[in-house]
Amino acid sequence: MSRRLAQLFHGRPRLQAGALLAGPVGWLVVGYLGSLALLLLAALWSVNPVSGELVKGLSFENFETLFDEPVYRTIVGRTVAIAALVTLTDALLAFPIAFYMAKVASRRTRAALVVAVLIPLWSSYLVKVLSWRNMLSGGGLIDWLLEPLGLHGPGYGNTAVWLVMSYLWLPYMILPIFAGLERIPDSLISASEDLGGRPFTTFRRVILPLAFPAVVAGSIFTFALTLGDYITPKLVSNNQFIGNVVFNNISTNLPFAAALALVPIVVMIGYLLVARKLGAFEHI
Amino acid sequence: MRTHQANPARTAWLIVGGLLAAMAVLAGCGSSGSSSGGEELQKLGKGEGQLNLISWAGYVEDEWVKPFEEKTGCKVNNKTAGTSDEMVSLMRSGEYDGVSASGNATARLFEGGDVSPVNVSLVPNYKTVFADLKGQPYNTFEGKPYGIPHGRGANLLMWNGDSVKPAPRSWNVTMDPKVAAKYKGKISQYDDPMSIAEAAVYLKAHDAKLGIEDPYELNEEQFQAAVQLLTEQRPLVGEYWSEAEKQISSFASGDSLVGTTWQYQYFLLKEEGKPVAASPASQGFLPEEGATGWSDTWMISSSAAHPNCMYMWMNWIIEPKANAEVAEYFGEAPAQELACEHTKNPNFCAEYHAEEPAFWKRVYYWKTPLADCGNGETDCKNYNDWVQAWTSIKG
Repeated sequence: MSRRLAQLFHGRPRLQAGALLAGPVGWLVVGYLGSLALLLLAALWSVNPVSGELVKGLSFENFETLFDEPVYRTIVGRTVAIAALVTLTDALLAFPIAFYMAKVASRRTRAALVVAVLIPLWSSYLVKVLSWRNMLSGGGLIDWLLEPLGLHGPGYGNTAVWLVMSYLWLPYMILPIFAGLERIPDSLISASEDLGGRPFTTFRRVILPLAFPAVVAGSIFTFALTLGDYITPKLVSNNQFIGNVVFNNISTNLPFAAALALVPIVVMIGYLLVARKLGAFEHI
Repeated sequence: MRTHQANPARTAWLIVGGLLAAMAVLAGCGSSGSSSGGEELQKLGKGEGQLNLISWAGYVEDEWVKPFEEKTGCKVNNKTAGTSDEMVSLMRSGEYDGVSASGNATARLFEGGDVSPVNVSLVPNYKTVFADLKGQPYNTFEGKPYGIPHGRGANLLMWNGDSVKPAPRSWNVTMDPKVAAKYKGKISQYDDPMSIAEAAVYLKAHDAKLGIEDPYELNEEQFQAAVQLLTEQRPLVGEYWSEAEKQISSFASGDSLVGTTWQYQYFLLKEEGKPVAASPASQGFLPEEGATGWSDTWMISSSAAHPNCMYMWMNWIIEPKANAEVAEYFGEAPAQELACEHTKNPNFCAEYHAEEPAFWKRVYYWKTPLADCGNGETDCKNYNDWVQAWTSIKG
């Protein structure tokens, strides 16, 4: 048996590769693309208004509701805006940290910093969000810190969501940028200096263009993670994000939830196309 | 690096084609008709050895499940659900024998043919269930009982006694924008479409020309008025809560000062010594308009694989001692008259008004809003409209 199998594969590289990849590719197609196809399909169903049972016919009423009701435009707009804001904030915060880690810090400091960036990822997501909920509450830590300055904390709301999300996803931005900066040879920086480039010019014309794909790669994480989150908004604000509405509809009106769940997918495809144009995938 | 690259456009088209083919196949399998509800059991047989339940957290606990298992030999497998909507979709899987459904799920389960009528002659303890829990529109359909009442509670108005003065007598502290403005950002509202019914209870008392009879059966005009009220309330709300713990933390910290609550949160906060208050006995423990509330019912699945065990469970859970244990553990009024003699806290039934029909007369139990208004009209807003409106209200 094994002999015959070996004979079958002998000298047939395509068959060998095919047999090797059948498992993982099959998983990808069935488990991943298949569920996406189901999602798309479910978005075209509807529910019986009395019993709430699924009616598996084709209809576009879910998409009509999505476009006609102004509240969904508001919610999509809010979600995308916060995701963009979080991404920008994280990029601005992460770049100096990553630069220090990659180019300035000594070996030991660098190791310590990598650990410091990674450690928050070890603790539970909920614990982190609930601690923020406590800190942001009226008379909580943030209010108390700002009180001597005559200021108040932001309380619960969009600002709170922005703060918490920026905190949560920061490591996902630092690590890709750190990896990207580490790959830039120091000799390039020296060369720029030798040719009379001032620090800022070196940064603008040598480091930034080389590290930019890494920033874009990090931004895919922060953007996508913010787009999909629905627990943070629930705990530190009263505002609804795409994920909240999907969650609220999932058991009463699955088709509508599916239609809404396609929105972040479309947004993400658009984002990835732009990211590809910006060269985020060139070094993968 | 990669010399022989497949044409990406062709690969993409192949994937799209494959997905379309998969969709066509799946669509072919679709459009299954609705199953009709089952028949009621005629004779109680031997237990099947297993029982699969869906319940609210706190309804199926070792304290009263272990004795049940020992007595009947039915091993209980429990799945807790967080919302009524989740319960309905779990029941539709057909893998469960029964569910502790609240009134906003029962009609949906009945309409979907997911539950069977209950032969109450096989449930001896049913005789001593409080009379005002039997034959209610949320547990009786087409004249037949579709479940065994388990317990009930009212949604109270709770406030911080130190900050909210004078003590409110009406829901206007949360519902009337002029009065509520005083507590801007400190109002706590239940995050559920059922809040629309709360607004309707308020309007029923204060806007007679709307002609609201049942806060769950609202026509276009009545519905829009309730939605309008909640939309005006939106900027004043400090927090929409859906988990009891979230509301407890914000009342404890003072982030919320007034709002809708369950008896559970109220008594828990009181026990912790927080300065919370609710309507006193002199006002019938409820604001002057009355209140919304819930009454839970154990229903049996129309595709139950273990019907005998389910009947034994339905009888067990309203056994005086077991019902007292559940009610005390969960924080609700027991459904069994005789349970009040078995509570650990001798005042328990008094605190939860279990034996006061006058209290419950003013409670509008949750039920599923349907297009059929129940008075011959069919232009009422159904539950999907409620869910959509609730999304729009929160914005």
